[in-house]
Amino acid sequence: MGSITRSLANNITTSGVILPAGITNASVSAVTSFANASAGTLVLLSTQTASASATISFTTGLDSTYDEYIFKFINIHPATDAARWTFQGSTDGGSNYGITMTTTAFAAVHLEDDTVTSLAYNTAQDLAQSTSFKQLVREVGNANDESSSGTLQLFNPASTTYVKHFISRFSDCQENNAARDDFTAGYFNTTSAINAVQFKFDTGNIDDGIIKLYGVKKS
Amino acid sequence: MGAIARNAANNITTAGVFTSGAITNSSVTGITVLANASDGITLISSQTASNSASLSFTSGLDSTYKAYKFVFVNIAPRTDAVKFTFNLSTDAGSNYNVTKTSTFFAVEHTESGASSALGYDSGQDLAQSTAFQVLAYELGNGADESSSGSLQLFNPSSTTYVKHWISSISGLQYTNVSYNWFTAGYGNTTSAVNAISFQMTSGNFDGTIYLYGIK
Repeated sequence: MGSITRSLANNITTSGVILPAGITNASVSAVTSFANASAGTLVLLSTQTASASATISFTTGLDSTYDEYIFKFINIHPATDAARWTFQGSTDGGSNYGITMTTTAFAAVHLEDDTVTSLAYNTAQDLAQSTSFKQLVREVGNANDESSSGTLQLFNPASTTYVKHFISRFSDCQENNAARDDFTAGYFNTTSAINAVQFKFDTGNIDDGIIKLYGVKKS
Repeated sequence: MGAIARNAANNITTAGVFTSGAITNSSVTGITVLANASDGITLISSQTASNSASLSFTSGLDSTYKAYKFVFVNIAPRTDAVKFTFNLSTDAGSNYNVTKTSTFFAVEHTESGASSALGYDSGQDLAQSTAFQVLAYELGNGADESSSGSLQLFNPSSTTYVKHWISSISGLQYTNVSYNWFTAGYGNTTSAVNAISFQMTSGNFDGTIYLYGIK
């Protein structure tokens, strides 16, 4: 008791204020919410890390809690060269991924050798009332230092009134040594709630990569 | 007091560090700001349109943040084939008529798959105009039709620089076309912008707009 008192005294100022040494992460591990303070507006709901994975699915967390969800993709690396990064949604908790989508797709490309630049619509990457997986990134390289990173916003997936809009942008190290900036937008053409999303390459496994799902607070 | 001291001692390590038993959710109810724990994004306010002619944000745009982000969720017009627009104010919303110069391009793809396009749209941009800036056009008023996206406004309180914005919105156009509209530009004023108004070019609308401050 005496030693505790002495140690505690060392962690309190002469004004009686607790010093940083007196409170650690362990000290607040029982705190699950700050009722009167916000720790931020972007709430991390879950993180999944691919390791030779065929797919990554988010089957929880997408509901009416938030009006905007953001997926962040960090260094998505395919096992197969020039694979295409894709996604689909589900209205039955992930039992089936095949919601009708109509989308747009365009990209800016610049080769490392500076021989080619372009900005163009990409008809091979869009969908028209299709239940196929939607390409978010085209031709990701599988060399050791190649990958793709970006974001996907999904708006109000729990709505049973409106179709479900999404907007995506990726920076890609393409298989032919080019910087590629992929823009995708569109909608799940359903008034049923979207409650699961799956990501995969169109061929081969996801060798490596991290996907984080955030909810954006609405109050 | 003796009991309190003993119980308190049980919640303190021999190194004088509070254990998890010492601090509960109730302990921190007096904390209203986590200055160094925030993710840098703060929800300032939100407004929901319900058959509304306009939504205006006349507070919250000041020097607190260097960037502000409006998020649009299911913006749905009551009138078919109208445009969703915005304008800025330097007098707290008395007038929305800041001079603007902007760019506008869009990408589209029909549900039938028959056509797709990416192109600059000179009909939606502004050149030193005080008119409302188009964010999205030809919006459908079908029961399931709406648009969602965001608009970032940078350093609106500056009295040195013009006021830049960037916007991207995804929508279901009234003839069943997937659209993604992009606009960027600036309010060509060195006065502080302190209010913003959103409206359709014709008729009322529904939907929610969130205003966030970004540190």
